[in-house]
Amino acid sequence: MSQGITLSPSRQLKKRYRAEKRFKAYCIGALVLAMAFLVLFFTDMIRQGYSAFVQTEIEVEVTYNEDTVKFTNESVREEVSPLISRAFYRTIPRRVDANPELMGTTETRWLTATAHVDQYRKGYSDRLDPELKATLDRLDSEGRVSYGFNSGLFFSGDSKIPSNAGLWSAFVGSFYVMIVVLLVSFPIGVATAIYLEEFAPDNRFTQGIEININNLAAVPSILFGLLGLAIFINFFGVPRSSALAGGLTLSLMTLPVIIISTRAALKAVPQNIRQGAQAVGASRWQAIRDHVLPLSLPGILTGTIIGIAQAMGETAPLLLIGMIAYIPDAPTSMTEAATVLPAQIFTWSGMPEGAYVSLTAAGILVLLSLLITLNATAVILRNRFERRW
Amino acid sequence: METSQILLVFFGGLVPMAAVAFALGRRKALLSDAAGSRMHSLPAQYGVYVATWMALPALAIGIVAASAALLGLQVPSAPFVLSFALFGAAVGLMIALRKVEPTLRARNAIEKFVYWTLFAASLVSILTTFGIIISILFEALKFFSQVSVWDFVTGTNWSPVATFRPGQQAADSQFGSVPLFAGTFMITLVAMSVAIPVGLLSAIYMSEYASYRVRTLAKPMLEILAGIPTVVYGFFAAITVSPLVVEVANFFGLHASYTNALAPGLVMGIMIIPFISSLSDDVINSIPNSLREGAYALGATKSETIKQIILPAAFPGIMAAALLGVSRALGETMIVVMAAGLRPNLTWNPLEDMTTVTVRIVDALTGDQAFDSPETLAAFALGLVLFVVTLTLNLISIIVIRKFRQSYE
Repeated sequence: MSQGITLSPSRQLKKRYRAEKRFKAYCIGALVLAMAFLVLFFTDMIRQGYSAFVQTEIEVEVTYNEDTVKFTNESVREEVSPLISRAFYRTIPRRVDANPELMGTTETRWLTATAHVDQYRKGYSDRLDPELKATLDRLDSEGRVSYGFNSGLFFSGDSKIPSNAGLWSAFVGSFYVMIVVLLVSFPIGVATAIYLEEFAPDNRFTQGIEININNLAAVPSILFGLLGLAIFINFFGVPRSSALAGGLTLSLMTLPVIIISTRAALKAVPQNIRQGAQAVGASRWQAIRDHVLPLSLPGILTGTIIGIAQAMGETAPLLLIGMIAYIPDAPTSMTEAATVLPAQIFTWSGMPEGAYVSLTAAGILVLLSLLITLNATAVILRNRFERRW
Repeated sequence: METSQILLVFFGGLVPMAAVAFALGRRKALLSDAAGSRMHSLPAQYGVYVATWMALPALAIGIVAASAALLGLQVPSAPFVLSFALFGAAVGLMIALRKVEPTLRARNAIEKFVYWTLFAASLVSILTTFGIIISILFEALKFFSQVSVWDFVTGTNWSPVATFRPGQQAADSQFGSVPLFAGTFMITLVAMSVAIPVGLLSAIYMSEYASYRVRTLAKPMLEILAGIPTVVYGFFAAITVSPLVVEVANFFGLHASYTNALAPGLVMGIMIIPFISSLSDDVINSIPNSLREGAYALGATKSETIKQIILPAAFPGIMAAALLGVSRALGETMIVVMAAGLRPNLTWNPLEDMTTVTVRIVDALTGDQAFDSPETLAAFALGLVLFVVTLTLNLISIIVIRKFRQSYE
């Protein structure tokens, strides 16, 4: 301010107002920058990923006979054969086994094209054999090439053939892992929060537990992976890569989130409720069980859903306990090797073929919409049922 | 027997037995009530009391046998353990049933049990911390018995030689961790120089300038940033931001690697914005209004009030928020695994490829290395350092925030 004294009061005031405007503009700029990034990020993901929701399909005649069951790629005309995804040829012997009356017949079907053809048609790559290009263009002009919904993205497991790769086994794996997380971290988390908020004496030990929980919420997730590897897998012998090992590891990470939000929900219930219950003869535990817990349930559930959503997007600790294995078929039990959605996305992002880039982005869009649904549910739950006192 | 079968028999037997025990306890209480003696607690509470005392011995036997089996100790066959558990349950049932009398304070007993259960649950979080320390410490000590701490802390050459068979020695391995920490700090520096200004200024805008409507709109938007999984940020950094950085560098006539340190740093900074902004927002909101009003009364403009009154008052809290942000950046894994390099590189240039502590941990533990190979053990040593550093940062900021809250309460 020392230099301001030499200025006339009105000029000094103008200068101060300019500084005020400038500062406000910086603040708005910062917020706009963060928002702009959010918009940029979502447009980029949608731009990269939308095309993987549809796939090129070609209408061809498929012949079933003794030869084509053995040399399956001869089941369609020779010139069309390299355009069709290998994944279809594999199914021919199984199809004929299942329907013996197919033998010796020819049917017209829409089949999924190879990833190369798909990428070429979507304009991502021009590296397609000129002859194949010519065949494809001819078929196109005959109206025998079109886009179909890529149901395999949702309903088939992982595959080394990009046109056949899907998220199904990752869905199932994530589901199992989330079940374990819910079963372990919800009861323990809520019990811890009740103890700390309602029963614990205010002493050094309690403060230690509180600080410890706050610290656990900020410990790098990868260290939980080291714990899972050393304790759950190497010490207790939980099978590597299994949903059980992943779920137990993620449970420990979700625990602080549930504890902290449950404590906030319990704290929001006014003391009058407890005192009222105790005044008519309820014990401390009865007052909590019959009055405080039901009233804070929406808050507890909101926190739990947010914790589950966080666990569902977590990858780093799962890498260390081997949940990046190649899992073509969905696991059928908690102890089988499994993969989860973010781990599947990570695996795909490391694949060399270009087709996996759009698959990865599509997987990201699916994961993000699941997480947004979960979080939106939590917000709606909170707005609907939370009572203000 | 299969594990799932054993569990099915165990719990399939325990649940109906608990129901029977509950009914027996309640019946005895009801009968004695009908006989004219005044019971201390409600009949159902005697039921719960008996059922609890029946289930506890069985559960204890089951848990001891299961953990012994997991540890690979000699355990009697499953049918024997099951019948032993059943015997324990019967003994518990008999003793508890005999104790059901008008003078027994069943409710108090149940509540004591509930209290200790809740207390036991709260110990799980402490056990988790111990679990992390133990799991890292032992392997790290094994590592330091092979490589000297001094070489690890001061060495500038990190070149482990892969060993695939257990027991095979890697004589030429070098474990100087300086380049890894240099890379980690470089990326953290980039991240924080994005996150702190943007996060703090947005927090100031939202708490001091924004109208209620803007606030309710902007806050959840920022929180979406915090909810995006790190693997998604990693993909974004690798596939979109890195090539962009390379292009911009080329435009200015600079050379940038495709696995440069700048791209993961920038994206990590964006990821940390919501942590800084929401923590700073809380801190700024907890500054009492009397401070603002005092400044306005002296004629200060809004920005002068913020810069000269609010920010100094909120400084410890903002510092704590920044430290939590640094801790998160140091331990972030997926973004650097996907977008940063694998090559340990000691440089000041963020356009070159650099590697980080977390990248090397993941790299060492996801390969086909033998579990006792020095590189695998080195991952635990790196984990130990990461744990100690982040623990220190977290503790400082947690304690500062607690003190700060108390001072304005």
